Amino acid sequence: MNVELSHILAEGAYLVAAILFVLGLKALSHPDTARRGMFMAEIGMLLAVIGTLLYFEIVTWTWILVGVAVGSAVGTLMAVFMPMTAMPQRIALSHAFGALAAVLVGIYKFIEYPVDDLGRLRIAALGFEVLFGGLTVTGSLMAFAKLQELVRGAPITFRGQNFFNLGLLTTTVALYIYFVCDPSAAWAFYTFLALGFVVGILLVLPIGGADMPVVISLLNSYAGLAAAATGIAIDNKVLIIAGSLDGTSGFFLSILMSRAMNRSFANVLFGAVGAAPPPGTKTVETRTVMRYTPDDMKFVLENAANVIIVPGYGMAVAQAQHVLHEIANHLIELGIQVRYAIHPVAGRMPGHMNVLLAEANVSYDMLFERDAINDQFAETDVVVVVGANDVVNPAARTKKGSPLYGMPILDVDKARTVIFLKRSMGAGFAGEENELFFDKKTMMVLGDAKQTLTAVAGQLKKRPGLVHG
Amino acid sequence: MFLLIASANKLVPLTAAELYPLLFILVLAGFLGYEVIGRVSPTLHTPLMAATNAISGISLVGSLVAAGGDYSLTSHILGMFAVCAASINVVGGFLITDRMLRMFRKKAPGSKS
Repeated sequence: MNVELSHILAEGAYLVAAILFVLGLKALSHPDTARRGMFMAEIGMLLAVIGTLLYFEIVTWTWILVGVAVGSAVGTLMAVFMPMTAMPQRIALSHAFGALAAVLVGIYKFIEYPVDDLGRLRIAALGFEVLFGGLTVTGSLMAFAKLQELVRGAPITFRGQNFFNLGLLTTTVALYIYFVCDPSAAWAFYTFLALGFVVGILLVLPIGGADMPVVISLLNSYAGLAAAATGIAIDNKVLIIAGSLDGTSGFFLSILMSRAMNRSFANVLFGAVGAAPPPGTKTVETRTVMRYTPDDMKFVLENAANVIIVPGYGMAVAQAQHVLHEIANHLIELGIQVRYAIHPVAGRMPGHMNVLLAEANVSYDMLFERDAINDQFAETDVVVVVGANDVVNPAARTKKGSPLYGMPILDVDKARTVIFLKRSMGAGFAGEENELFFDKKTMMVLGDAKQTLTAVAGQLKKRPGLVHG
Repeated sequence: MFLLIASANKLVPLTAAELYPLLFILVLAGFLGYEVIGRVSPTLHTPLMAATNAISGISLVGSLVAAGGDYSLTSHILGMFAVCAASINVVGGFLITDRMLRMFRKKAPGSKS
């Protein structure tokens, strides 16, 4: 095939791919159409790959085949065998892989082509690509390590950290600008690439578990931007479009997440909330809470007319979603209305709770976002909070000066009875005491959520046909 | 652009006149993305992340050229790793998105897990 024809075909394939990608994402607006949409995106990907292989002069297939074979095998294994609870780690890893591909393509362009052929504009795009890609690779690996608990999940801070990070970042950006001005300075290219890797680690180091939804979304955005820059550097429009879609998607989610916590990006990245409080500020709690047993919980549940379940990260840790669903089914059989209220930042990534509940076979029309259900709590008999704390802490509404103040919470305190399933009496991630624990209407059931719920489910199963109240 | 047609793997400096259309694409796709993503059901935000990841695995096209083009061994090796990383995202990303989306179904109340 002559080059001109194959060029037309390749560009045509890219165009169709771009259309299919957008349609695919559009289909995610509803769970019923989502799978079909992803199928379209897959076709788009296939077309783009075929177009590329037709157009460009491929002289050797060995490396391509090895790369595709290993990558596909690893990708398939990860997709099939990774448990749903490990999804945040999986997402963090995929940001790292995406950014790594961008970095490697950038480096190859730089070593393969003379600076004069690249031109200053492409040099600028290349530099941006490897810099952003580099910090996304290590930042995402760091996030992965924290989520996988290879590294302590709590914020890791040291004195002068923000000052040091900012200095390093400035140096890196300065080197990048220097390199764009003098593209013959290969040392500058490799130095800011290396510094980019270091910056990525340092940026995620001070970030604690509950801030992960924002950080994962931001890294998503960075990986997309790095891909879009690659597109500019290698003159590939579909890559620009896909990267841009990925970038805005991540950006959109990070805005959504930080709004849900009422915190700015800067505050998430540099605030290090949840670090150990300075000594002396911690007041010793002397009040006692009313502790209840699974039996009490079962009694209250079966006498309710409606129940709202509020899951949090604790549910994911305890793997309690399946037994929770079992209890919900028992209650529905008793004619009790059961709904789930999902706070946007519950868990470790956007949509985390939804995925776990879907895995446990909970119908998606039982899952409600905060805005859709928040005014219903006042008319609810029983709210069961499973391993969540900060997202239901009324201090966010009332206590000025609290790190939580202003955060939109689920108004569970308006319900008639609130059952908290918690491992211990400890405060939430933000370190703010939850007054609701001491409220008369609150029932604290301490212990492993899964064990507690299993006991409740057992009690409900044994339940005689007699209907109370 | 013209020289690009003569040989696919040859490169000429990008001029400002050529850069602008690319920036237009970048910015407009960004706005489009913001509108489209804004309509994605919050229930599906995790599958959305997996899906956009898989789609941006399209950097595979750049990696393929590096791994198989008429370049040095270093580029081939860099390209191979890039192909590997990108295929993990493309293949794994689409598979895991589908695995998640399969779980999001409307079930009759009372269905067993």
